Amino acid sequence: MNKLNVLTLAACVSAALTMAAPLSAPAADKIVISNWDGYMPEDLLSNFEKATGIQAEHAVHATNEEIMGKVVASGGRGYDVLFVSSPFAEALKQLQLAAPIDHSLIPNLRNLYAEAGQLGYDPGNTFSVPYAWGTTGLCYRADLVSGAPGSWEDLLSPQADLRGKVTMLSTDRWLMAAGLLSLGYSVNEKDAARINEAGDLLIEAKRHLLSYDDTTFYSKLVSGEAALTHAWDGWCNYGIAENADIEYVIPREGTDLWVDTMVIVAGSENREAAHRFIDYVLNAEVGAWVASNILYKVPNKAAMDALDPALFTQFPNLAMKPADLLRQEQLRDLGETQKAYTRMVTKILSSR
Amino acid sequence: MGGRLKNGLLLAPGLGWLGLFMVVPCAIVFFFSFFERGTYGGIEYHFTLENFRRTLDPLYLSILLDSGRIAALATLLALLIAYPAAYAISLAPRRRQSVYLFLAILPFWSNYLIRTYAWMVLLNREGIVNRALASLGVIDAPLPLLYNEFAVVTGLVYNYVPFVILAVYASVSRIDPALREASEDLGAGAARTFLRVILPLTVPGVVAGCVFVFVLSIGNFITPDLLGGGRFLMVGNLIYDQFLTARDWPFGAGLSMMLIGIMMALLFIQAVMVNRNAAVRE
Repeated sequence: MNKLNVLTLAACVSAALTMAAPLSAPAADKIVISNWDGYMPEDLLSNFEKATGIQAEHAVHATNEEIMGKVVASGGRGYDVLFVSSPFAEALKQLQLAAPIDHSLIPNLRNLYAEAGQLGYDPGNTFSVPYAWGTTGLCYRADLVSGAPGSWEDLLSPQADLRGKVTMLSTDRWLMAAGLLSLGYSVNEKDAARINEAGDLLIEAKRHLLSYDDTTFYSKLVSGEAALTHAWDGWCNYGIAENADIEYVIPREGTDLWVDTMVIVAGSENREAAHRFIDYVLNAEVGAWVASNILYKVPNKAAMDALDPALFTQFPNLAMKPADLLRQEQLRDLGETQKAYTRMVTKILSSR
Repeated sequence: MGGRLKNGLLLAPGLGWLGLFMVVPCAIVFFFSFFERGTYGGIEYHFTLENFRRTLDPLYLSILLDSGRIAALATLLALLIAYPAAYAISLAPRRRQSVYLFLAILPFWSNYLIRTYAWMVLLNREGIVNRALASLGVIDAPLPLLYNEFAVVTGLVYNYVPFVILAVYASVSRIDPALREASEDLGAGAARTFLRVILPLTVPGVVAGCVFVFVLSIGNFITPDLLGGGRFLMVGNLIYDQFLTARDWPFGAGLSMMLIGIMMALLFIQAVMVNRNAAVRE
């Protein structure tokens, strides 16, 4: 107990000192990284420090929106590198909170696939560097669904025996995307009439849902509570890991390509160290860790090449080719139209 | 004078706490509610009443009314369960009363989220209740017990019943037994004694318990999200979504102010009823 008290005291003193530090002199080599919990190897920061001598502090955020709120409120002070999904990287850029990426400081960019430099929201990686990417589609129990689902229609108006055994994502962009894509519209549709049309379709689809589920759908598949779910490919893999009858498919109308990126905050007082951190993350070992532990695809060719081929057999969606990924539409920040999406999602979720 | 100083010192920590962690945050929320959302989130400092106008949008009003209905239903059920329990506890021998009260608050020993997940384990299609009923041959196909209004109301009632038991018990146990005896001596039956003597005297406890359940239920967002499977949007979820999904803090703030207004009105009514009751007693 005493030891704990001493540690707490030490932590308080050092916290007080760090808070006071920027006033006197910017800490020479110390950066703050904010990432989703568990989204990078636990020893990444200590290994990085050993390799470079740069101290890195780990902050966590649960959602993109949470870190956006913090960064916007503080004007970007207090963070150096953020892990956010691409529309949020785009918003940071628009808010002038994202620093330009200096490619000469990140030699490991050569590890990335050529496609990773051709992403529509940031061609040439000028303000963001992709970390992981994937698609959204249907994750289902092949043994409980007769005939393989292959269309968004299968999710929105499921066959009779699947009614009440279907879940959908409720996060605004992905929920709307299911309706928009099934009508042949863009996942970034801005036309009010088309947004309404998709909304009506999704309200209709709600009648057949078991629930909306963004976090535990794969365990519902494993338990058999659900048979067909709207899912991100990486998360579907968590279900596949527990039950080999679970499969993932991209509907034939197409889907979105989501990209989680690293952004250097414009207010960073240590941009060079931040660049070195990104360079370190882009080494093949870190990428391979992400792919084999989190079961997400990484845009890092060196890392994907280093993976155990058995992983591709067990989780076929890991083997998706970058060129195929790039064929899917990327989610873009909606600007003013975001309000219309939010209101429509509220309408869908509150409908009876 | 010394007494006043001492009182002030004793009050200081409580007032400081409330000031810092309630008044200041509420003031910030109030302040935000008069501005606009920036195109990319954040707040643009242009004065507007738009956020309050938006709370009157029929879509949002219907969510508010629906939340009110669910909260009222939960309140009524909680009262129907808790009142007899509290009354029974007050009639038990003194020593047992504290044991019963202890049992009533026992659920609070575990975390709200864990208790909610426990309900999911009980109620889901492959859950304990459905399996038990199926193995007894009562049902052929699993009952839809989870992800509907039944589950949401059950979760709310379960979580808030102990508060009502405590509130009603506090009122019931203070009633002088002589009043009951007097009523019976004067020829009133048990039912009449209860309706004319006991019930009126427990109104403050009933109102306090009900306001508690209603206020906690209408603002709850965890239970509708988990037990309702996201298929029900209560006003708490709506506010949560504005802050955490839509990045529309000003509108979230506007909705919060509306909810705070409703809660303050209810607490005011409660205070008036308690005062009136106290006046009647004197």
